[in-house]
Amino acid sequence: MLTTGRIMQWVIAATLPGLLALTLFFGWGNLINVVWCTLVAMGTEALILALRKRPVTFFLSDGSAALTGVLLGLALPPLLPWWISLIAAASAILLAKQLYGGLGSNLFNPAMVGYALVLISFPEAMTTNWAQPLALLDEAPGLLDTLAIIASLAEPATIDGITGATPLDVYKHEIGSRLASTVTADPIFGDGIARGWEWVNLAFLAGGLFLIRLKIITWHIPASFLGALTLMTLLFGYDPDQSVPVQMHLFAGATMLCAFFIATDPVSAATSNKGKLWYGAGIGILLYIIRAWGSYPDAVAFAVLLMNFAVPFIDYYTRPRTYGHRKPERGLPS
Amino acid sequence: MGRPFDFPGGIELPDNKTQSLQSPIRQPSLPDHFAVPLLQHIGEHARACVQPGDTVLKGQRLADSDRGAGVPVHAPTSGTVTAIEARQVPHPSGLEDWCVRIEPDGRDQWTELADCPDYAELPVEEQLSRIHAAGIAGLGGAGFPTDAKLVAGDGARIRTLILNGAECEPYITADQSLMRERPEAIIAGARIISSLLGAEECLIGIEDNKPEAIKALQEATNGTGIEVVVVRTRYPSGGEKQLIQLLTGQEVPHDGIPADIGVLCQNIATAESIYRALRFGEPVISRITTLTGKALERPGNVEARIGTPIIHLLNEAGLHEDNLKRLIMGGPMMGFDLPSITAPVVKGTNCLIAGTADEFPDSPIPQPCIRCGLCEQACPMELLPQQLYWFARSGEYDKAEDFNLFDCIECGACSWVCPSSIPLVQYYQHAKGAIREQRREQEEADRARLRFEQRQARLEKEKAEKEERRQARMEARKHKASGATPESAASSGPDLETLTRRRDDAREKVDEARAKLEEARETAPEAVTKLERALNKHQKRLDSAEQALANAHESSTE
Ligand code: SF4
Ligand code: SF4
Repeated sequence: MLTTGRIMQWVIAATLPGLLALTLFFGWGNLINVVWCTLVAMGTEALILALRKRPVTFFLSDGSAALTGVLLGLALPPLLPWWISLIAAASAILLAKQLYGGLGSNLFNPAMVGYALVLISFPEAMTTNWAQPLALLDEAPGLLDTLAIIASLAEPATIDGITGATPLDVYKHEIGSRLASTVTADPIFGDGIARGWEWVNLAFLAGGLFLIRLKIITWHIPASFLGALTLMTLLFGYDPDQSVPVQMHLFAGATMLCAFFIATDPVSAATSNKGKLWYGAGIGILLYIIRAWGSYPDAVAFAVLLMNFAVPFIDYYTRPRTYGHRKPERGLPS
Repeated sequence: MGRPFDFPGGIELPDNKTQSLQSPIRQPSLPDHFAVPLLQHIGEHARACVQPGDTVLKGQRLADSDRGAGVPVHAPTSGTVTAIEARQVPHPSGLEDWCVRIEPDGRDQWTELADCPDYAELPVEEQLSRIHAAGIAGLGGAGFPTDAKLVAGDGARIRTLILNGAECEPYITADQSLMRERPEAIIAGARIISSLLGAEECLIGIEDNKPEAIKALQEATNGTGIEVVVVRTRYPSGGEKQLIQLLTGQEVPHDGIPADIGVLCQNIATAESIYRALRFGEPVISRITTLTGKALERPGNVEARIGTPIIHLLNEAGLHEDNLKRLIMGGPMMGFDLPSITAPVVKGTNCLIAGTADEFPDSPIPQPCIRCGLCEQACPMELLPQQLYWFARSGEYDKAEDFNLFDCIECGACSWVCPSSIPLVQYYQHAKGAIREQRREQEEADRARLRFEQRQARLEKEKAEKEERRQARMEARKHKASGATPESAASSGPDLETLTRRRDDAREKVDEARAKLEEARETAPEAVTKLERALNKHQKRLDSAEQALANAHESSTE
């Protein structure tokens, strides 16, 4: 039998392939971030529970704070300075979760609130601290080197070319002035879609399918999200010489992490199956709009948060047809 | 039949059925006393027709009931009625109810039964009244008087008769053992019901985890046109609405009954008892009850006589009372904890689970709802259990109703899957109770207001009328005094006028008396009889005054 704690554990377990891929292709940064954000998230949760005089271990054992930390650690730039991750993780728990009354009562996805907050506050750090593929470095930084960078003891610049922008970002900015073939000649794109990123996304996809198999999540949100993103790209960005091509939308950046782990956060997502379809599709559409026409390189956080806003509305308009009723009831109860 | 249809949601449960299927149906010994409740189903109490001290024979009627109101009850054995007393009955409320207490004489001697080999030739009415007389009420659990159900179906044209042999709840094997051992009687009963209803088809729904029962039924139905439909084992396939959906693809309208879509459901055990009632004249004095749970040494099915103290059956099955943690009547999903181990077996007692602590561990402390939606995926009624929970918990009952709370069949599938261990069904039950209570109060208040307004309006009207008549009289007197008698008055003469006045006075008195009486009915019931008498008196005076006036009229116009 599933319990809430067990569900959170499975979700965390299902992120491990993705974390492994991130570590293999981009170094220790994400792993350090995951551990760090998890500690901060759980620490903050414990502190607030204690202040609110709630049973600390009972609520910590539901694993939801840990999951928020893990997701942040996976989503944040791997070489982000420690204090920015700290702000992200602490505010995720404090602002997005506990201020709303704790697990189950939050309107917004906590991890994404934390992410969006630091993205707005530190746009520079959030775009430039992405680790470059290890394969492109002369010498891969070790665990201690990476720790030193994150702890801001060492300047990343001292290790040449270790940080940079993401392939999605690079493509978007370069494609205005150059052709697709010359843009992708940059080694960060590798031979396929985006060096390393394709494997990371495949790994998250695998973990996500595993969660569907366990019936911890349903297929509705990932399917409609990926479907809408694909459709939007085919409609508006079909020309790779003008905009980011579809395979890059799907397999570079945080797309699969979002599809299976972030958008599916049950608390802040729509509830009915039909509602989940709309919700996922909404995130897909918004994600494309912000990626293509906005000024942020990736937009998972904003797309998810905007759709969180829409959830009560979606829920009211997508109620299932109850057995024996001719039509589903719609709208707000009068 | 091709593949059966499907219903949404549902869950797979550990079925825990094999324990009680190891041996054939057993016959328990006679207990030292029986307590037969006078009410064992939805409806009215039966009226006792025996008295303490009477000796009764097995199958003799103990209490009677009119058709449509309830069903009679019968003596489970021969012996002496020792009391008619209030006792604990198996009901979740733990309330006491009237029971006929019988001490067996040990001879177990039948009363004379109306054996009837040509029962099929009997007229419909006669068949129905025999079904009623045999005390048959739905044996599936809820227990609606069966003859009433068959009659209610009569007007609505039943096309499809469905026999429910799904028995989807864990632990229970009463129907399964009956199907395994007495398939012919079930099928004979099915044919009786089918012909009573004039149904075009008869389907038996059964879950695929009962291979022996399926085989037995298939053999028994061979050549009868009755179809055995095997459905996938999934709770709650045996819920009436779900079984109908599985077998016909149709849904019972939310504000209707199965007959609205031409379907009638009966439990297979009910069919068997109908056959026994018509063929042998046997009333329902026993039923198959599953005794199971780890606190019993010898679980199994027994043919339990109605009125047997439950403790007697459990002891015979080797109860370890020290290990007993929960005693459940019905299944673990929809059954309830028996408030007392001495309560008697009733017609709806399909299963008794004597569970130990490791079978039924305490449920963990509920955690917050994480809106994971597992409950929604499990709900066979396609409700949104997490929303219902939210509304029920915060007391937003109108919203809960708007989200179709009352369509919830309380199957418990949602609670079962909830990872946060929230006892969802308890919240729904509580909310339903609160809403019903609110409605009742509202109705009460509405009725009181209406009564008040009506009375107010009536008093106004009476006052106005009285005033009018007074005016008219004054007018008349004035005319008379001034000598300017109006035409009509002139022709009728003074006599007529006096009579009219008398009549009016009498009418006024009657009105007054009536008003007083009405008022007393609401405020002072003790004065009602006196006032009624007064009203009568005034009414009589009015009548005679009217009569006199009419006579005078007649004579004056002649
Ligand atoms: S299963 Fe429980 S935790 Fe999940 S949505 Fe339903 S009520 Fe909430
Ligand atoms: S108890 Fe009610 S809400 Fe829960 S699954 Fe059953 S029908 Fe649905």
